[in-house]
Amino acid sequence: MTISQISLTFKNCKKEKRPALITFTVAGDNTKKNSLKILNSIAKNADILELSFLHNCPIADGGQIQNSTYRSLSNGTTLKDTFQIAKKFKNKNPKKPLILMGYYNLIYQNGENNFLKNCKLSKVDGLIVVDLPWPENKKFAKKCKKKSINFVQLLSPTTSKERMKKIIKDSHDMIYYISMLSTTGGKLKVSPKKILENFNKIKKINKNKNCVIGFGITNKSIKSFKNSDGVVVGSEICKEITRSLNNRQNPVTNVSKVVTRLKNKIL
Amino acid sequence: MKIKKNTPLIDQHDKFGFWGGKFGGNFIPETLKKPVEDLEILFKKLRKNKKFIKERDYYFKNWLGSPTRFIKLHNLTNYLGGAQIWAKVVSDLNGGAHKSLNATVHCLIAKRSGKKSVCGDTGAGYAGKMLSMAAKKFGLKCKIFMGAKDIKRQKPNCDAMKKNGAEIVPVYTGSQTLVDAVSECMRYWVSNCDTTHMCVGSTVGPNIFVKICGWSTSQISRELSVQIKKEFGRIPKKVKLLNCVGGGSSSFGFWNEFMHYNKKQVEFIGIEAGGPKKSKRHAAPLTYGSKIGILHGAAQYVNQNFEGQIEETESISAGLDYPGVSPLHCFLKDTKRARYTAATDEEALSAYKLVTKHENLSPSLEPSHAFAEAIKLAPKLSKDTIIIVNSCGDAHKDRDILKQRLGKF
Repeated sequence: MTISQISLTFKNCKKEKRPALITFTVAGDNTKKNSLKILNSIAKNADILELSFLHNCPIADGGQIQNSTYRSLSNGTTLKDTFQIAKKFKNKNPKKPLILMGYYNLIYQNGENNFLKNCKLSKVDGLIVVDLPWPENKKFAKKCKKKSINFVQLLSPTTSKERMKKIIKDSHDMIYYISMLSTTGGKLKVSPKKILENFNKIKKINKNKNCVIGFGITNKSIKSFKNSDGVVVGSEICKEITRSLNNRQNPVTNVSKVVTRLKNKIL
Repeated sequence: MKIKKNTPLIDQHDKFGFWGGKFGGNFIPETLKKPVEDLEILFKKLRKNKKFIKERDYYFKNWLGSPTRFIKLHNLTNYLGGAQIWAKVVSDLNGGAHKSLNATVHCLIAKRSGKKSVCGDTGAGYAGKMLSMAAKKFGLKCKIFMGAKDIKRQKPNCDAMKKNGAEIVPVYTGSQTLVDAVSECMRYWVSNCDTTHMCVGSTVGPNIFVKICGWSTSQISRELSVQIKKEFGRIPKKVKLLNCVGGGSSSFGFWNEFMHYNKKQVEFIGIEAGGPKKSKRHAAPLTYGSKIGILHGAAQYVNQNFEGQIEETESISAGLDYPGVSPLHCFLKDTKRARYTAATDEEALSAYKLVTKHENLSPSLEPSHAFAEAIKLAPKLSKDTIIIVNSCGDAHKDRDILKQRLGKF
C-alpha cells in the first residue's frame, strides 16, 4: 500500500523536530470564496487542514465554532459546496492533507458510500466524525480504509486504558486526543503537563501512531505541546474571523497572520 | 420488525442500542462514552434493587401523589355522543405533569452515583420545573437549559424553577426552542460529566436516557391498568388510549403496560403537533413521514432537509415543539402497534375550550392536542368504546398564550 499523505506529513514534521500544525475552519465561513481563500493562504503554514461540513445541531461544538457554522449556514453553504471547496483546495495544493470533520447525520443522509465517493472525487485525505464513536464506527472506518481515506479515531480523558488499546488497534494513520472534558474552544482547564501525561500514555500503547492534541489550544498554550505529534487549533481561528468581520477587516489576511504566529510558536 | 412478547419494550434493543435494528443507538462524542456506560451499568443494577424500587415507589406515592385520578368525563361524553371519554389526570402529580416521574428517578440515580449536581433541558418548562423541584428535594444543584423563545412563552414554569433555586440558562442559538436546549444541555454535560448527572427530559437522546425515562413514566400505565380493571372488572373489549406526542415520554408511559394486548382491543393513538393551520411547519415527524436521521445521539424520524439539516418546527405547545421523536415511537410506528396523527394549533385551542367548558379539568396545550382527536373520534364510535385521554399537563403554564388567543384564562 502506498503511504498516505497524512503519514508523510507527520514524517516530515518529525524530521524538523516539531509537531504538525493542524488548523480547523468551517466550510463556507464567512463566505464560500473566503473559505477557500483562507485555506489556500494558511496552507503555507498549516501542515494538515481540517474543514468542517456543516450541521445545525452540533452537540460537541463550543460558541466560536457554532458562530462560524451558523454564519455559513445562513449564507447557504451546502454539503455540495463543501466538497467543491475541498476539491478546489486539493487541486491547488495536492500534497496538503485535508480532513473533513462533521456529524454523522450528513453522511447518513448522503449515504455512506456516496459520501465516500464524493470524498474521493474531492481528494479528501481523511474524516473525523464527531458523533460516531468506536465500536459503532468500525464498519464505516473499514469502508474508509478501503477507499484509502483515513478515519481519525478520537480518544478523550474519559477513555479507559482497555478501550484505548482497542481503539488504537483499529485506528489508521492519525489519532486525535481530546485534551479535556469540554466542547471545542473551551478554556484550557487542565494543565498542559497533565494533558501531556495522558498523551504519553497513548504513545506508550503504540509509539508509531501519530497522535494530535486538540480542544482549547490557543496562541498562548500551543508552545507547551511542542513535543506532541501535532496540535489542532480551531476556535481561535473561527474567533478571528468573527473579530475581523466585526472590525470590518479582511478575515483572510487576519487568519493567515494568526496561523503564521501559531506556527512560529512551535518551530 | 416485530415486538417481542415477555420483554419490556425498553429492553428490546440490540447490543448497539437500536430498536428494530435502526432506531436509537448512541451517536455521542467519545468523551460521553464512559459516563453513558457508567449510567447504563448503574441503572441496570438499580432497577433490580428492591431497596431502590421501594424508594422510588415511596416518593411517587408520598411526594408526587401517585396514583393520579382516572375519571369519566360525563358531560363531554354526553355532549359529543358516541364513545365514552375518560381521562387519566396525570397533571394531578406534584408539579402538574408527568415529567416529575422522570425527574425524581434521575435525581435518585444521581444520588446513588455520588454526583452533586444535575442538568436538564426543557421545552414547556415542565421537565425543568420538575427537575428543579426534585433536585431541591434531594439536595442537588440544578442547571436548566431552555430556549429563549420558550422562556418568554412559559413564564410561570420559569418562575417555579427559580423559586426552586435552579439556574436557568437561556439558549439563543437556532430556533431558540427545545431542540437547541437539548443540544446545549448535552454540550454542558460533555464539559462537566465528571461532576454532573444529566437528565434528558423525554424518551429521547442516547439509548440509556430513552430507557430511564420510559421506565419512569411507565408508572402511568401501571396505575391505569389497575384502575381500569377496578372500574370495569377487566380490560374492556374496545379501548383507545390517546396521548399527545412530542418527545414521547408521557405517551410511552401511558401505553407501556398495555403493549402486549391486541391492538384491536387496546389501540394506541399518538397525536403530534401539526402547527398552525396555515403554516407548513409542524412538529409531527411520524404523521408527515419524515425521514430517519440522527438527532441528539439517536436515530429517529426527524424533520430535516435533503442534506440532513434539522428543520425548524412550529407549534403553539412548547412541550411538543421538537423536530424528532423517541426511537420507541418510531419502533411502535413501524411495527404498527401504534398509529399517529396530528392536531393543529387551532384544533388544540378549540379542544381546550370545549373541555374546560364541559368539565372541571384544565389540560395544558399539549394534552389539548389529544383531546382534539378524542373530540373528532368519539361521535363516530359506539358507546361501549372507551376512549382514555392522558391529561398529562395542567394549563396553568399556558395562561399567557390562552389569554392572548382566547381572550381569557
